Amino acid sequence: MLTLLGLCFLALLGLAVWGGSGRAPRAMFLGCAACMAGLGLVGGAALTGLGLPATPLPIGPPWAPSLIAVDALSGWFLLILALVGLPAALFAAASPAPPRAEGAAFPLFLAGMAGVLVAADGFSMLLGFEAMSLASWGLIAARHPRGPGRRTARLYLGFAIFSGLCLIAGFALLAPAGLSFAAIRAAPPEGWRAGVVLMLVLLGAGSKMGLAPFHVWLPLAHPAAATPASALMSGAMVKVALYVMLRMLLDLSGPAQPLWWGLPLVAAGAATALIGGLRANLEQDIKAALACSTLENMGLMVIGIGLALVFRGADLRPLAALALAAVLLHALNHAGFKALLFLCAGAVASLAGSRDPDRLGGLIHRMPWVAGCALLGAASAAALPPFSGFASEWLLLQSLIQGWRVAEMSVQLLAAATLAVAGMAIGLAAAAMVRFAGLVFLGRPRTPMAAGARDATGLMRAALLVPAVASAALAILAAPVLALGGGAIAVLLGPNARAPVAGFDLALGEVGARYAPWAVAGLLALATVLILLAVKNRSKHEPVRGPAWDCGFLPPPAHLPFGDPLSQVSAAGLGQPIRRSLGAVALTLSERHGAAPPGSPQPATLRVEAEDRGFSHVLQPLRRLRQALSREAEALRNLTLRAYLSISFGTLVLLLALVAWLERE
Amino acid sequence: MMLVAFGSLITQLLHVALMLAAAPVIVGAVRWLKARLMGRRGPHPLQPWRDLLKLLRKRPVLAETASVVSRVAPYLALGATTLAAALVPSFAQGMWLAPLADLVLIGGLLALARVALALNGHDAGTPFGGMGAAREMTFAVFAEPALLVCVMVFAVLAGGSNLDAIGAALRDGALGLRVSLLFAGLALVAVMLAENARIPVDNPATHLELTMVHEAMLLEASGRHLAVWEMQAALKLTLWFALLAAIFLPFGTAPAGSGPLAWAAGLGLWGLKMGLLALGLAFFESAIAKMRVFRVPDFLGGALLLALLAAALIFVSTGLA
Repeated sequence: MLTLLGLCFLALLGLAVWGGSGRAPRAMFLGCAACMAGLGLVGGAALTGLGLPATPLPIGPPWAPSLIAVDALSGWFLLILALVGLPAALFAAASPAPPRAEGAAFPLFLAGMAGVLVAADGFSMLLGFEAMSLASWGLIAARHPRGPGRRTARLYLGFAIFSGLCLIAGFALLAPAGLSFAAIRAAPPEGWRAGVVLMLVLLGAGSKMGLAPFHVWLPLAHPAAATPASALMSGAMVKVALYVMLRMLLDLSGPAQPLWWGLPLVAAGAATALIGGLRANLEQDIKAALACSTLENMGLMVIGIGLALVFRGADLRPLAALALAAVLLHALNHAGFKALLFLCAGAVASLAGSRDPDRLGGLIHRMPWVAGCALLGAASAAALPPFSGFASEWLLLQSLIQGWRVAEMSVQLLAAATLAVAGMAIGLAAAAMVRFAGLVFLGRPRTPMAAGARDATGLMRAALLVPAVASAALAILAAPVLALGGGAIAVLLGPNARAPVAGFDLALGEVGARYAPWAVAGLLALATVLILLAVKNRSKHEPVRGPAWDCGFLPPPAHLPFGDPLSQVSAAGLGQPIRRSLGAVALTLSERHGAAPPGSPQPATLRVEAEDRGFSHVLQPLRRLRQALSREAEALRNLTLRAYLSISFGTLVLLLALVAWLERE
Repeated sequence: MMLVAFGSLITQLLHVALMLAAAPVIVGAVRWLKARLMGRRGPHPLQPWRDLLKLLRKRPVLAETASVVSRVAPYLALGATTLAAALVPSFAQGMWLAPLADLVLIGGLLALARVALALNGHDAGTPFGGMGAAREMTFAVFAEPALLVCVMVFAVLAGGSNLDAIGAALRDGALGLRVSLLFAGLALVAVMLAENARIPVDNPATHLELTMVHEAMLLEASGRHLAVWEMQAALKLTLWFALLAAIFLPFGTAPAGSGPLAWAAGLGLWGLKMGLLALGLAFFESAIAKMRVFRVPDFLGGALLLALLAAALIFVSTGLA
């Protein structure tokens, strides 16, 4: 166990050096895929009870050796990392050779994420976290030496530093007795210290997973990297932040935290889910739309964590286990379908030449494999039964519906409102997925590039099939997989907590709600096939092909093979009903109509500008604050010598007073 | 024990056959009632059945740009709707699939059918199909949360979200009349109107493409594909009627484990309830005008607020009790 883990880490570090040399990148990425498979094995073994207790390493900071441990929770997230990392590395091996910096950063990124998951002391966890942040920044910056991509990388780096600082402060507050997790668990924080830890984790881990209002960087940064890195950031890195949040709030902070701890998480999660779902319908770039859908899913998961904290505080353990099961299962499902969707988007971008849906269309005819995989991923992301996303969102909705069992009316009202917001977010996700699939894969091609696209072959097809098969299996086998993750729930809620599973069904014991994915899938297939046979039996004519009726519009002339471009719905047009009805919730919108003057043949124009409220309400005030502070600091330069001396003296006196006060405590 | 299981299987099969047979008749009845209310004679209530059989005899024409989606989506949508309809009790409770009859799952199956329909709208690459798909998915964004909050209200009363258990709990009458149920009922009726593309959200009889939502996605469907889509729409309306009846008019439904006599009584009463709901829908549609597309979110937002109000009231009342 330890040997396999150590081998994977050493191999990843070696691969980083190899990648930096730029030689044989294909073999290097295949090596990364093998390491991911190894880490997945470690995770699976940990879930079946073959975990690794806290083991000191021969290396570490000066004050103590580094500790690593693999319990069921780590194992579950290692499985998630492997589920995204394996196909992403395969896809990278099938892509053209990347810049050398990217080749070095990719294995480091994987190693950093795995490091966070296996760390058993605060220092190692923060080290892994920072390595992950820095390597992922390198993955973005390597593709964008200058221009707006570089600004995105800088914005991302700023947020990464912010989240790192918050987590460092959080661990500093958690660990007066020592940084090892065992020491922290022995002395969990209380009172104001616990409250500050909650806030710091919410800011630190939350900004890493794009929790509102610190979400603005995510839809910019995730699509800016190369496709495999985007898949890793959107499928795995946010889950690592989720793991940090679970570990610090539910495990390290002890079981005695009050009920209100969950409330800020529920509120922030609901806001994130709504914003993400909305923006996924309005983005012009397919990868950005997928990144926004990640926001939506992370919001749902954070709602689940908040509910678990609320139920635990209200002493409703089975319901806390239900909410936590929803979080864990959704994290796994989301890893599967989001990796699949990002890789499909990457395949479209490289084989059809664009990420702009207004330059794509009709790809199902040219790339049936990619289209089939993308439709499967979209159905999972849209939470349609019997696909994988539905099982976990069913659990989440059930735990929200059961929110009324908490005896506090304010919590009940919050649960009802959150249920409404979550339902809206799920509806928005479905709309976004229909928009994605409809624009990119259905209809007519919008450009010659799209009309001449080729299907994914060889290694790239294999990279798509891995998460596709995993998503399909997760859809049917949701309950046994969740039962396997029962150990992770026990880590967080105590040994008596059980996953809401009965055989092959997801079932809430005393409540009587039940979802049997295998039965739904089987009955659905049966009903569909029976209807097909019955209809075919009465109606024997094979269909004929003809020009689309199109309400009487003529088919395009031969010299305009792509038709009049205005006669097919555009990306902006598809998002318009949602933009008009809900857009103002997340965006500041301005519309300018340019009507053509009477008699002029000029086309009328409609110009819509949208900016995320996160920019106008969070980042710009921060920038103004920074400017004001720097102006104040500038003023210090013009002081006299006497003023400088008195400032130094005053500072000294203040510090001495502080020390004296702390001594007295 | 065996006998009960056998009985539940029989009721299940009878129920599915009943829903499939009744669906076009209910659509026909609504059309006929509307025509009578407007002073026209109207087509016979069996006319939708005749139309379906006629469409099945015709050769379907597919657009050159259409893909396999146009050929699979209708069957998938009807399959999902049939499965959802099999979960909503009609004349008897305790059917074979009753343990699966979760309201969230029923909502999910209807969402599956809706997505199949929207993809069908996109498939030929025509403008109205895409526009209809965008509007349909937007309405669902508002309809789904209203449905979910209503489910929460029922779950407070019945313990969980299983439709069979909710129906049984409400039929026993121990819960009495509640204001929150009234609000939840109004919200569900609004959701029903939106889901079934009825006035004021959409006009099922429109001929103007610009105002279409549901029909716009079917403009390229013909022959048996159109027949399947028409059947799906009819079955969805029947399902929603049955759902409203199962929750708000649960009296007279045969309880679990009863015999054919109780089934017959339940069947008669179910027909009566369906007729009442059809009459109510016809009255409502005759009395009100279709609203602009961009006012529909207000309408459905109102439904969502009603559902939230119902939830708040029920929290207050259970908190006091």
